[in-house]
Amino acid sequence: MEGFSSTGYLDMELLRFTTAGSVDDGKSTLIGRLLYDSKSIFDDQYDAVKASSEKRGEEYVNLALLTDGLRAEREQGITIDVAYRYFATPKRKFIIADTPGHIQYTRNMVTGASTANLAIILIDARNGVVEQTCRHAIIASLLRIPHVVVCINKMDLVDYREEVFLQIKGAFEQFAVQLDLPDVRFLPISALHGDNVVEPSTNMDWFEGTPLLSLLESIEISSDLNHADTRFPVQYVIRPQSTEHHDYRGYAGRIAGGTFVPGSAVKVLPSGQTSTIKSIDFYGDSLEEAYPPMSVTFTLEDDIDISRGDMIVGENETPNVSQDVELMVCWLSEKPLALNGKYALRHTTKDVRCVIKEIRYKLNISTLEKRYDDKSVNMNDIACITLRVTKPLVFDSYHRNRATGSLILIDEGTHNTVGAGMIL
Amino acid sequence: MTQTPTKPFRLTHLKELESESIYVLREVAAQFERPALLFSGGKDSIILSYLARKAFAPAKIPFPLLHIDTGHNFPETITYRDWWVEHIEANLLVRYVQDSIDAGRVVEEKGYNASRNVLQTVTLLDAIEELKLDAAIGGGRRDEEKARAKERFFSHRDEFGQWDPKNQRPELWNLFNGKKHIGEHFRVFPISNWTEMDVWQYLYQEQVELPSLYFTHQREILERDSVLLAKSDYIPMRPTETTRPMQVRFRTIGDMTCTGAVLSPASTMEEIIQEVAASRVTERGTRADDKRSEAAMEDRKKEGYF
Repeated sequence: MEGFSSTGYLDMELLRFTTAGSVDDGKSTLIGRLLYDSKSIFDDQYDAVKASSEKRGEEYVNLALLTDGLRAEREQGITIDVAYRYFATPKRKFIIADTPGHIQYTRNMVTGASTANLAIILIDARNGVVEQTCRHAIIASLLRIPHVVVCINKMDLVDYREEVFLQIKGAFEQFAVQLDLPDVRFLPISALHGDNVVEPSTNMDWFEGTPLLSLLESIEISSDLNHADTRFPVQYVIRPQSTEHHDYRGYAGRIAGGTFVPGSAVKVLPSGQTSTIKSIDFYGDSLEEAYPPMSVTFTLEDDIDISRGDMIVGENETPNVSQDVELMVCWLSEKPLALNGKYALRHTTKDVRCVIKEIRYKLNISTLEKRYDDKSVNMNDIACITLRVTKPLVFDSYHRNRATGSLILIDEGTHNTVGAGMIL
Repeated sequence: MTQTPTKPFRLTHLKELESESIYVLREVAAQFERPALLFSGGKDSIILSYLARKAFAPAKIPFPLLHIDTGHNFPETITYRDWWVEHIEANLLVRYVQDSIDAGRVVEEKGYNASRNVLQTVTLLDAIEELKLDAAIGGGRRDEEKARAKERFFSHRDEFGQWDPKNQRPELWNLFNGKKHIGEHFRVFPISNWTEMDVWQYLYQEQVELPSLYFTHQREILERDSVLLAKSDYIPMRPTETTRPMQVRFRTIGDMTCTGAVLSPASTMEEIIQEVAASRVTERGTRADDKRSEAAMEDRKKEGYF
């Protein structure tokens, strides 16, 4: 290929985004278009999809088949699980968490949203803001996705009229006032014809913004993570027990917030013991600093008792340390949430047990209405609850830090992951 | 107490993928009693064991590598394997498909396209049982094949080693749930989010030494059903078939019976990266084992394949 420079390709950023949508709003067409126009679909994949389309008696090559992975999904023509797709341009590598948009699949949307930097919300220009749009926006807000791109699709079916775009944009903004969406952009597109997807549209001269792909390539994401509060959950203790590294004791983990440098004074929570960072090691190298989401190993000046599940923070930091936690939970299991029920709980690298103390209210995720009268929390419901854990957790609000503010609940009998929690 | 960052905190995509994979590998060591890393000698398992080396340095990798040897390997693969294991100071365990055949656990396929690829599953599941493994770390990537696109980092397997794609545990944030009942185990895929291109770029960036099979060389080739197979004693030839020398390399490394070569002059990693960037077929497009049916990979995975 022309103009290839291996160093250029090595210096790309990674953007994770989620798309939620139903069968009819053109989500698969949009993803197919992004993959196809960015030349991320290989000939053998295209040929396989073409053959399947013909076998199903379809007239055109159905790009949606590219994103339907499992046999049951292909047979039923639906997506039942989160599927991950990959493509890259010379500027960025992209990971798409492709999730179904129906209310029955809230848990999948939440799963896809949990790691996303950006959400694409698709609106059919003929229908405007509908219940599903609100649901997707509320989930993006609850899950604290830093960037939202609202794609008003099928503009070709409304004659590419600016007033349709402006009217839908206005309606979305009016609804979004109640939400916590720090960065929202609007794009008029036609996924089918490619308007404003990869190339600027020639049918909508009135629109001055950039097409979707260049937006995805350029949105500033390096400040999305928390760089203010130093947080290092200890994941694993490295003790080589070899003659060469006889006294080595390293604390391995992934930085969850702030910037650590050698020489800085730290304390270990929940015990409160203090020490100083001696070195930040990575495979024979000593680093001058470490920030999220780097995986590194700390050594400390003092020999103190630290194990997996402890949190190393700057000496003046004040994360919450408590056995009582209030959170929003998305329920993932067919078995309803049990008040006073006991669950295993995982938060950062810590495993504890907990008991559900109170179900405060259930959230209607299409209207944001809080329901205090209905406290049955079933699969796909989102509720505000409080719980008490067996040992203190060191945490921040999810709003402040997604890594130290998230947790999962695990059924002690089946060991299934049954709840996704965002600490308030 | 929010302070404005004074400079952009950027990581390259390779650094972020590396960091994620190391995090997953450390989770395995922390959450499981007896993990093992499945090692085939291909680039994905090379990168996986290389990342494991990084994750636990300066200590050694706290779990063994496990090679399920079909007996149909390229000789270069075995030479490389033994060198690499010593190079990264790992422990290697090998279990043989031939032993499963001799013990009557599996019956060898017959015919011209016979392959031991499917038989490996039985040997692997037997090894997991024998070694009492509770986690088998694999080099599967979600970009490889449709059925893998929905795979979890921590993939639960029942007591028969089977995968139930419709009943997978939700996986949120980086909170991995490795809880299980006795007899069950997990497959863990630390490089799930890497693409073929990422793997090559990273191997290039880190200057990792690779098996010679990945680079161009001249070889006797049998062309069958538009797959270029290396001439070997393991592939019976039809009377009408002949081989001829070709300048080839391999994009993936598996059994000689089902791994297709590509015509290529690429002799360095940079040239390979250029070739991958310009390629119009997926790497699995050269694998005869995936061509058996539309859901071939899904079916094998359900049975307990890698």
